[in-house]
Amino acid sequence: MEFVLLIFLPIVAALFIPILFKRIKGIHTGWFVLVIPVLLFIYYTTFIRTTMDGGHAISELQWIPSLGISFVSYIDGLSMLFSLLITGIGALVVLYSIFYLDKNKEKLGNFYVYLLLFMSAMLGVVQSDNVISLYLFWELTSISSFLLIGYWYTRDGSRFGALKSMMITVFGGLMMLGGFILLGIMGGTFSIRELIAESSTFVGHEFFTLALVLILLGAFTKSAQFPFYIWLPDAMEAPTPVSAYLHSATMVKAGLYLVARFTPIFAVSEVWIWLVTGIGLLTLFWGSLFAVKQTDLKAILAFSTVSQLGLIMSLLGAGAITMHTNEAIFSFAMFAAIFHLINHATFKGSLFMIAGIVDHETGTRDIRKLGGLMSIMPVSFTVAFIGSMSMAGLPPFNGFLSKEMFLQSMLAIRHFELFNFATWGVIFPVIAWIASVFTFIYSFYFVFKTFAGKRKEKPLPHEPHEAPVGMLISPVILATLVVGIFFIPNVVGKWLVKPAVMAIQPYQYSHPSEVAVHVSAWHGFASPELWMTVGIIIIGGLLYVSLSKWQKVYAIQPEYLSLNAFYDATMTFSEKGMNRLSRFYMTGLIRTYLLYIFAFLSVTTISVLFIQDAFVVDMDSFSKISVYGVINAIILLLAVAFVLFSKTRLGAIISLGAVGYSVALFFVIFKAPDLALTQLVIETVSVALFLLAFQHLPKLNDHGEKKSNKIVNGIIALGVGVTVTLVALSAHSQKLVASISQYYKDTVATEAGGGNIVNVILVDYRGFDTLFEIAVLSIAGIGVLGMIKLRLARKGDPDENK
Amino acid sequence: MELLMAILIGVLFTAAVYLILSRSLLKIVIGTGLLSHGAHLLILTMGGLGGASPPVLAEGVTDFADPLPQALILTAIVISFGVTAFILVMAYRAYAVHKTDDMNQLKGNDEHD
Amino acid sequence: MKTNDVILQTTTKVVFFIIFLFSIHIFFAGHYTPGGGFVGGLLTTGAIVLLLLAFDLKTVQKALPFNFTIMTGIGLLLSLGTASGAIFFDVPFFTHAFDDFTLPLFGVTSLHTAMIFDAGVFLVVVGSAITIIQSIGGDS
Repeated sequence: MEFVLLIFLPIVAALFIPILFKRIKGIHTGWFVLVIPVLLFIYYTTFIRTTMDGGHAISELQWIPSLGISFVSYIDGLSMLFSLLITGIGALVVLYSIFYLDKNKEKLGNFYVYLLLFMSAMLGVVQSDNVISLYLFWELTSISSFLLIGYWYTRDGSRFGALKSMMITVFGGLMMLGGFILLGIMGGTFSIRELIAESSTFVGHEFFTLALVLILLGAFTKSAQFPFYIWLPDAMEAPTPVSAYLHSATMVKAGLYLVARFTPIFAVSEVWIWLVTGIGLLTLFWGSLFAVKQTDLKAILAFSTVSQLGLIMSLLGAGAITMHTNEAIFSFAMFAAIFHLINHATFKGSLFMIAGIVDHETGTRDIRKLGGLMSIMPVSFTVAFIGSMSMAGLPPFNGFLSKEMFLQSMLAIRHFELFNFATWGVIFPVIAWIASVFTFIYSFYFVFKTFAGKRKEKPLPHEPHEAPVGMLISPVILATLVVGIFFIPNVVGKWLVKPAVMAIQPYQYSHPSEVAVHVSAWHGFASPELWMTVGIIIIGGLLYVSLSKWQKVYAIQPEYLSLNAFYDATMTFSEKGMNRLSRFYMTGLIRTYLLYIFAFLSVTTISVLFIQDAFVVDMDSFSKISVYGVINAIILLLAVAFVLFSKTRLGAIISLGAVGYSVALFFVIFKAPDLALTQLVIETVSVALFLLAFQHLPKLNDHGEKKSNKIVNGIIALGVGVTVTLVALSAHSQKLVASISQYYKDTVATEAGGGNIVNVILVDYRGFDTLFEIAVLSIAGIGVLGMIKLRLARKGDPDENK
Repeated sequence: MELLMAILIGVLFTAAVYLILSRSLLKIVIGTGLLSHGAHLLILTMGGLGGASPPVLAEGVTDFADPLPQALILTAIVISFGVTAFILVMAYRAYAVHKTDDMNQLKGNDEHD
Repeated sequence: MKTNDVILQTTTKVVFFIIFLFSIHIFFAGHYTPGGGFVGGLLTTGAIVLLLLAFDLKTVQKALPFNFTIMTGIGLLLSLGTASGAIFFDVPFFTHAFDDFTLPLFGVTSLHTAMIFDAGVFLVVVGSAITIIQSIGGDS
């Protein structure tokens, strides 16, 4: 079976959603949608057996073979893991959304179309082997994310957030495309597998580092890394199922996927390791620091997502070190990255759903108004508690395991001796530890400020109560996973993580079982990461308790110094600047535009003529000057002069006719009887036309055009005239290829059975031209008819734009 | 002859462009008319003006004028008729609706950006 | 404004037919001697314009009760049809055929499908030119 087609299954299904939504009012549209991710999830699990053995599956669909562009679905451990995440979390989110979005009030037709569009795009991103189709799907995820954030498009915040995410991620996407094209130039192929295989041949290439940086820009913007993370908090305007799905579990992980996928190519570079590890760690720190500042439940989660993405990013960077050293500790990092990626999807997904439930049941997400919901919403609290504790890195939850591995990897960086890490490496565990303390604080902040303590005196917008069962199913499933994975980490490791690690580091492993990592919760008292965790709990606990005393510190940073202010200023500046620029040269006057066009025409043509030394006049090829020709030329010149200097309309029109007749005479002189005949008749009809319209025509009047303008017009006109003269002479004097006319002359009697070559060309050799020409003539006729006969009744209102 | 024609074409183009750049609607229409005449002669001249007889097969004639430019021009003449008619009507309709033929006043205003 | 154009009107009645017949001749002769659909069509147009000058719009419309817009359409269809007809004979689009036939009265005559195409051109030229002129002339 060509499973590449399955990528398009959600998009195809999306076509039917609006119909289902319109026709079947009784059943929530979400139930139909749910079928798709569930089916795909089940189907993709069948690949586990292949990938566990280190194998892969390929299915190809040709698109533009001549350019080497195709849709290739390449499923190895990494793609498989992501495909399962996309379809699995997708199914849970759709189920959740069925209860979250009211079927009578919401535009479900739109919502599910966007969601399915996203699902296809995301599957395409993680399965594409061809970088060009990867880019295509990548931008499609940006677009579907834009549509989903702007789903409640009547709200200002939604539109602003949608545009912001679009601007930043599409900017990154374009940079990434540049990187891909450079890769294509260096490697001579667009296939990722082939690029990886040949990567050693172009490591020293001059574009190598540029391509690396450009691709990282794509990954960093998508995965909300510092300083591009600013779009993610604003994206929280989307409905909560969307936030849980796109902005925490899947789309923002596309950047991580990209980094992981290209690790085999770029890991040799120092720049790659420093950027990925450094920016990742900075993002981890920055996100955790600012999460504590937020008061909106979803904003806390957004910053925590930013922070956790940074954590995984830094692990991917540390894992890339394996390319340079054989120390086993670094192969640990890659395992930890993938493991934490799974864990994050489970606990963050459930937390987002709980935030949605709180919002849904109480009517607010402002943490200052919430409190004491524990007894009213016990199930929600339990789920939130599990998720938060896992996020904080406490046992017995899966977050504990991956957090320990993270600290272990960061500690190991000190021992890496290349690229100045021996000097600066010590910073890494310090920053990681501080960030972990803040992670601990915001996890507690999120769950206990909402659920513990006393109810606030001010009543909530709705009287709170536990959410309906259907809404709780998905978060409970995820919370179960959070606990479950803690007890069976090595099963998950064997089935999902190790195949993925092998896919990222093919230079190191040939079979997943070679990834010698065994996850255990207890490393003994001697392990430094245990004491780091203990330190986190103690310091974090103290800081959380005293939170109200030091939270004001955040007010020190003035608003105008934030990255958001920078984004706003850039947007305003470019909008105003562009407006001013286009107003400067777009005057609205046709004369201005024509001046640009004519000036450009003469300047470029003349410069090309002389720079390329193309101006040649071959006097010998000229034909003899005939007396009739000279006389007729004088007539023509006189007629043109009359046209130019005529004071009356009638004079100008008659002179124009005279020009036409003298042109007809030229056709006679130059042996073109058909033309002469046609020109004569046409000229007669044209003059008749002008005279028929005479009563409607305005008087000749130069409206007091300024003398200076007239001079400019004259110069430009003269320039065009000279250009055309030079082109005419030059074109006549040199023929680059033999004229096809000889062929016409030779074959006209035998092939076309005619004698008048001009007419035969018209109706036979170049019949296409004639066909289109009469079509144009008919259009002109219909246009005239339309303007006169079918005039719309808007008399008295001269402004057509109204 | 080609040199003379080239200069003549240059004059036609100059006059046409000068008229098209003016502020009066009618002058622009007349300018486009001149422009098409210039273009027709340009094609003819570029193809070469030699040729002892019309491009029609006849006994004992071998030196034809080049038929290809002629065919192209024939098409162009008819098209330019259609276009001139169209522009003419558009011009006088615009004049009737807006009560002015001054291009500076026909530029629209900020409301309709 | 009514002027007395007796001379013009009387001559026109004769001249119109002369021009019209000449245009038909030039149309048919087009494949071998100067002429063809364009010139023929334009000459017919010229003849009708002459009628319009001598008489007024309404009289001409009564004398020639054709819908010229529809004539344009018929012409276009005729040309396109001739061009696409080739497809049914398994030859490329726009392939023309010709052969000599012996017809009563005319003797041996060479007949072309290109002639049908040219007839389409003729109709389009007459149709759209007269449409334009009638529209402008009828605009008050």
